[in-house]
Amino acid sequence: MSSPFLVGVHQPGDSWVHRCPTGPKLTLLALFSLAVVLTRSAVASPVFLAAALALAAVAGVRLGTLLRATRAVLVLALLASALQWWVDGPAKAAETLVDLVALALAAITVSATTPVNDVLDTLVRAVGPLRRVGVDPERVALAFSLAIGALPGTVALALETRDAARARGLGRHPRAYLTPFVVRVVARAHEQGDALAARGLGD
Amino acid sequence: MPALTLDAAGVTVATADGERVLLEPTTLSLTEQRVAVIGANGSGKSTMARLLNGLVTPTTGRVLVDGLDVARHGAEVRRRVGFCFTDPAAQLVMPTCVEDVELSLRRSERDPVARRRRALEVLERHGLAEHAHQSVHDLSGGQRQLLALAGVLATDPEVVVADEPTTLLDLANSRRVGDLLLSLPQQLVLLTHDLDLAARCDRVLVVEGGRVVADGTGPESVAAYVDAVDRARLT
Ligand SMILES: Nc1ncnc2c1ncn2[C@@H]1O[C@H](COP(=O)(O)OP(=O)(O)O)[C@@H](O)[C@H]1O
Ligand SMILES: [Mg+2]
Repeated sequence: MSSPFLVGVHQPGDSWVHRCPTGPKLTLLALFSLAVVLTRSAVASPVFLAAALALAAVAGVRLGTLLRATRAVLVLALLASALQWWVDGPAKAAETLVDLVALALAAITVSATTPVNDVLDTLVRAVGPLRRVGVDPERVALAFSLAIGALPGTVALALETRDAARARGLGRHPRAYLTPFVVRVVARAHEQGDALAARGLGD
Repeated sequence: MPALTLDAAGVTVATADGERVLLEPTTLSLTEQRVAVIGANGSGKSTMARLLNGLVTPTTGRVLVDGLDVARHGAEVRRRVGFCFTDPAAQLVMPTCVEDVELSLRRSERDPVARRRRALEVLERHGLAEHAHQSVHDLSGGQRQLLALAGVLATDPEVVVADEPTTLLDLANSRRVGDLLLSLPQQLVLLTHDLDLAARCDRVLVVEGGRVVADGTGPESVAAYVDAVDRARLT
């Protein structure tokens, strides 16, 4: 079951993007994202995109990974900018599209160059001070990794149930795939909860 | 071997609303190294196995692992009892193989460098070293089950409970996983539909309608089970 939507898969390497410590790297990603979102200018957008592309190139992220991962985002970005076109006109729409792609590229590059466990360790440290108010950093980190991990699995389930509905000749009935899909997502969540408990990760 | 005990008063499990009894009063003491549990779909095998690490809590009675009450010392018991599920996809939560094993080791190894080294050793031991940095979704079914098992064994449990670990696998992979399980130094509780595998265990329980209906050596229990199934089909 190879999923076309695999984000967050680490590609080992030794570029300086790889070697950049995880804390600063995540902080920079957050700052970059904020800058992209807050800067409303048609000139800035291509600059952001160029920066994100340069980053991906320096990090040596495989083109296949970039394309596969952006394709999923691209669909959403196109929908969003179509809406913008209608509300604010073509210039704004183009800006939104370019901004979203730049954000996606930067996020993919960071996740491809950072092992998830490092992200978790960083998160545990960052959330550490909240321990005093009753937050368990390990749990926050676990929830985060689950969210990442659940994505490809859920997409695979969606594709499988859609195929099953088609095989029955029910491809046009939303119920025929939505019902089994929801049932299986819930069942999977249930199983996964059990599995996590069994691995002692909730203790 | 640690003793797995469903205490003398009898352990029962009912649904939360009390409408259905899933496990009739059962008293057991498992001290053999390899115990198999066989029986039809829905007979209560999983319910029984889940009692052993607190995934299911008894409605009455106590379950003891090495003298520890599972209901009161859940975390401690789960450290000692590893659990392997039928569908490894439910058990694997991290993107890559090495990261998933590292997740298992988080509790015992704080230092990330040492954790990575130990995780790679675990993968090496199970013939998965070359897949260390691959996505868990790109493994074959057999490899994925081996990885799930590797994640369980990485924490050095004293008991391994496996709930139909070979049911989704092809013949070669199911042999491979079965052999691995039977060769473990740990105590094993194996739920399975593979009667050949069950017969190789030291003790086999047959479960039917939420009760243990046969309990003996591998060949004895398997014969009793096959007999009962055949008789039911003919009547
Ligand atoms: N949480 C639950 N609520 C209601 N019924 C359940 C629950 N869990 C299991 N059962 C029922 O209990 C019976 C035994 O289930 P299980 O132990 O999973 O059997 P097995 O593993 O042998 O297939 C089945 O009839 C199942 O439908
Ligand atoms: Mg079962």
